[in-house]
Amino acid sequence: MQHADAVSGWERLRRRTRHGDLLFWLIALSFAVLVVSLLVAIIAVTWDGSAAARHEFGFGFLTSSTWNPVKNQYGALPAIYGTVMSSAIALLIAGPIGVMIGVFLAEVSPSRLRMPLSFLVELLAAIPSVVYGMWGIFVFIPFFRKWIATPISEQFGDAIPLLAGPVTVGRGMLVAGIILAIMIVPTIAAVSRDVLSVVPTHQREALIALGATRWEVIRHAMIPYARAGIIGGMMLGLGRALGETMAATMVIGNTPRIEGSLFAPATTAASLVASQLPNAGSEMHSSALILVALVLFCITLVANSIARLLVWKVQRGSGGRA
Amino acid sequence: MAATHAPRQSLLEASGSQRRKITSKILVGMTGAATLIALVPLLLIISYVVVQGFQSLNFDFFTQTFKPVTLGSAPTSAGGVLHAIVGSLLIVGIALLMAVPVGVMAGIYLAEYPGTSASNVIRFSTDVLTAMPSIVVGVVAYVLIVQRAQQFSALAGSIALMVLMVPVVTRTTEEILRLVPGSVREAAMALGVPKWRFTLNVVIPMGLSGIVTGILLAFARAMGETAPLLVTVLGNNNLTFDIFGPMQALPLIAYRYTEQPFEVLNQQAWGAALILVAIVLFANVMVRLATRRTTGGR
Repeated sequence: MQHADAVSGWERLRRRTRHGDLLFWLIALSFAVLVVSLLVAIIAVTWDGSAAARHEFGFGFLTSSTWNPVKNQYGALPAIYGTVMSSAIALLIAGPIGVMIGVFLAEVSPSRLRMPLSFLVELLAAIPSVVYGMWGIFVFIPFFRKWIATPISEQFGDAIPLLAGPVTVGRGMLVAGIILAIMIVPTIAAVSRDVLSVVPTHQREALIALGATRWEVIRHAMIPYARAGIIGGMMLGLGRALGETMAATMVIGNTPRIEGSLFAPATTAASLVASQLPNAGSEMHSSALILVALVLFCITLVANSIARLLVWKVQRGSGGRA
Repeated sequence: MAATHAPRQSLLEASGSQRRKITSKILVGMTGAATLIALVPLLLIISYVVVQGFQSLNFDFFTQTFKPVTLGSAPTSAGGVLHAIVGSLLIVGIALLMAVPVGVMAGIYLAEYPGTSASNVIRFSTDVLTAMPSIVVGVVAYVLIVQRAQQFSALAGSIALMVLMVPVVTRTTEEILRLVPGSVREAAMALGVPKWRFTLNVVIPMGLSGIVTGILLAFARAMGETAPLLVTVLGNNNLTFDIFGPMQALPLIAYRYTEQPFEVLNQQAWGAALILVAIVLFANVMVRLATRRTTGGR
């Protein structure tokens, strides 16, 4: 009796509220679908806008190293090389430092310092990139040229072509890599901290019980457990470095050539587009730049997908075991 | 288990414990050193921006527009950046008006109707948009609006910024609405309140501070974005309210005036940078305060 009453009451309620709920669901869904359509529009527009360059140059666009707007000859290789190289330098510097910060924040630091330090590291990620670029130009590059680039190229330039001079204005590949490293450290540190702090306590306790030192606990219990997540954090940092535009534009020198030396000016895909698109003279020029943007989008998408997959894997793994 | 506690000391001594202890001290110390190393550039950059920027803040800086540099023994320019402040607020404001409804509603959808295949697609799209290089978004706005209208315009910049703001608002809205306890939803459901009513009247008010937080973060991020503006609003030396024409913005000032050979303009670039950094810091501190309150000091 009560059971039947409850069902019919529930039915009545459902009928009464169905339209409102349906409407609400539809409104929320249509806005959410708008988000998806933004992504679809971005892909469609860059694909469509780069049609001229894709037809003209085909696959050779990716392997040609000529970038000559005057002769309408375009190849993306210098931009791809610069993007990958500067990001690789950034990752090489920021990777170990970021992971060590993650270890410090998750395990070593006194708990009183943990909050303010995390906050400070996160602030680094929030500073607008144009400010990094300015600081690079006014402060870091003069210092770097005088005290690092010039002495190194004089000492080792003859033996190692990668470090050859002449160091001109100081803008170049290595400076860009270092500034990008400063910018991606917080990303790597934050992800490493997060994945390291979900390492189950019993993992650590087991090693402590065996008499392991603090470092051995970190090295043998925590890092292996969080490895995939740490690598994921590095890939996320890499994704940021690949797509970073302003700081790179300001410090890399914007020269679409492949040079042997790390002190020589270069360009990245993002900075090539940012510096040339507003003044693109011809249809083909802007089409080629749009194609560069599309290539950049694909590169960052791949890096970020791998990163998400790895971070997700770690978090799911810990959730299942905890 | 308890028995393993006793031999702990002897185990340490047995296997070169001194060396291992020192190794541990050094490597653990290195993690602290790395943290210090990362904080050095932060402090250097912020202090440099503050010191340099304060020198260029004066009445003219906020009330005048661009004045050409007068060449002389010491080139001078009495201009200010009013046109860029107005431009930045206008461009970001319009972007905010477009991004907030989309972002908040998408966030509500993700939080209230989770686990469907639609919400997976939407979450994936949000993730991709979050990681999207801002220049790519700028290129899209350039192709869609600037190329078609044959005119650089503030509106194109707003649309580009909107695309960058939406995922920030969506994710923070979703995360904060998830913190609303299930018991609240169950209580409302038990009372027979329709879902849309308790979402609007109970869930959203409870998460309001978090939603505002997300909007604040998106605002701060958009204020500092330079690359998409470079290819859409281009820049303008005059004060203008015409959103269908080129406009000036603070980050563009910071970029362009840095590349100028004139000391006076470089100074103004630092002033613009100071304003941007101040906005970012302010937003982040506010977010910290707001989230600390809602998550109980975690």
